[in-house]
Amino acid sequence: MTAQDYTPREMMTLMAAREIRNGDIVFCGTGISVLAAAAAKKINAPESVIFFETGAVDSRLAELPIAVADPRVMHGAAAHGSLLDAFAFMQNRITGDRVIAILGAAQVDPFGNLNTTCIGDFERPAVRFPGSGGGCDVASFVPRCIAFMQHEKRKFVERLDYLTSPGGLCGGDAREAAGLRPGGVGVVITNKAVLRIDSGSRRLFLEQHYPGVTVREIVENTGFVLDVSRVREALPPTADELRILRQKCDPQRLILGPPASG
Amino acid sequence: MEDKSLPLGEAIDRYVRDGAHIAVGGFTLNRNPMAAIYEMIRRRIRGLHVYAHSNGTGVDELIGGGCVDRLEIAYAGNGKAAPTCIRFRKAVQEGQIAVEDYSNYMMGLRFLAGAMGVPFLPTLSGLGSDIAEKWGFSAEMRQRDPRLPDDKLITMENPFGAWGDASRVLLVPAVNPDVTLIHVQTADVMGTCRIDGLAFADIEQAKASRHVIVTCEVLAAPETLRGEPERNQIAFPHVSAVCHVPWGGYPTAVFRHYDYDAEFLRNYAAAAADDRRFREYQERWIYGVESHAALLEQVGGKRLAALTADPETGYAAHAKRG
Repeated sequence: MTAQDYTPREMMTLMAAREIRNGDIVFCGTGISVLAAAAAKKINAPESVIFFETGAVDSRLAELPIAVADPRVMHGAAAHGSLLDAFAFMQNRITGDRVIAILGAAQVDPFGNLNTTCIGDFERPAVRFPGSGGGCDVASFVPRCIAFMQHEKRKFVERLDYLTSPGGLCGGDAREAAGLRPGGVGVVITNKAVLRIDSGSRRLFLEQHYPGVTVREIVENTGFVLDVSRVREALPPTADELRILRQKCDPQRLILGPPASG
Repeated sequence: MEDKSLPLGEAIDRYVRDGAHIAVGGFTLNRNPMAAIYEMIRRRIRGLHVYAHSNGTGVDELIGGGCVDRLEIAYAGNGKAAPTCIRFRKAVQEGQIAVEDYSNYMMGLRFLAGAMGVPFLPTLSGLGSDIAEKWGFSAEMRQRDPRLPDDKLITMENPFGAWGDASRVLLVPAVNPDVTLIHVQTADVMGTCRIDGLAFADIEQAKASRHVIVTCEVLAAPETLRGEPERNQIAFPHVSAVCHVPWGGYPTAVFRHYDYDAEFLRNYAAAAADDRRFREYQERWIYGVESHAALLEQVGGKRLAALTADPETGYAAHAKRG
């Protein structure tokens, strides 16, 4: 299989799906995150549970939702809770420790903190984004978070313009010292690579580059110093993974977008 | 039995004053009280202080309508049509509204605290984040205004020591709006409500509020709702006015009744990006129609029929959404 046979978006989705283990409860946002959760359920984690901050648990998703309040998350769910139920489910460790979350952001820093609020000064931002939503809550509560990012220098920054969702804060034991539970973003999946938090330094390092993407290209598109000493090439999607993703998960390509041209 | 049914315009006139503190129900593109939102815009209500969690469609229309001065919010996005709500973004970037940022759980807890009658509730969310550190409303503004708590949030040591496996907690202040506006599937004239599908934070928002204006798809006999009280979430003492407005959530979705209108939301987003086109949009869909019924007539029966929910799924299966 060559690089032209699939799109970076398909690769990102499948790399995230591979992070999901059977039995995980997957907290989904919109867009590519719900697609990754749906793909995992159909490929490698059939007993995983898709869960939304709006309170739907184990939604059937006969069609893909375009927002977490889409009525498509309501159909066939095990139960409908409230917003408060959904966050309590993650704040309490009994259920919260089983949750893996998938988040997006405008900026990420070396410690896996996320910004979804603004670029520039908070009081008069150059660009305003939607804000935390449930992102800050989830990143505070659950042990495993995946962040999806487009790999651009302006998005991988040494210092965030606004720290919306806590990862390792300023590194070391800062997260625990602030009173947060262990957790936050542990892996960042981009259109070029997979970055993971090192358990010692608590910083992101380059773990995998996608086939056809050079390490140099990744470093040039990262705005902070990146340890590349352990990098390996990611396994490309298998024909089965691609077939299930395209045919069973997003046949209308609502989220996948245009197919590969090759 | 007190009959609280009112035409929507009268309910707005009676309870929503300029400068009121309000909350609106729903979530992004679902069950927003859109008929009530459009009526507030049509009546040119000004100076609102809005409490929101993720109320995409409705809050962006209110901001675009010039109704909002201050906003306390967790998330201003609206699904695929507008990852960041467009009039919201413009108003914040141009400094036209004051914004205080919270998270969804924090806003939910603030409504719950208001509903419980306690001054604050604790959470483990947001410790060490800029949500806890940076204030949109200054300390001076807070001290001047008796309707605002002096602090945005307070971080404190766990007063129970290590109990509950937490060293610190973040305290979020209660919210008690003057008016909450919600749209539900079914209500009776006394104000008892039944919500089908996800309730979001509507119940806490309603219970925290001095007045609640309910719009409903179906106005049912009280005996019908009392036949299955376990399915009702809001009892009549919370409610001030009930307005029967079929399709009152349009263009957002109402589970088991109709889907969101993806085309309307997309057209809104396109218009919202340009001031001239946005005024044209408002003239056509808000100021130029006298009521929600007239707006719906302009949308047309054929388009509405295509959005009607399928009885099995609760949404319009196979609707064109791309």
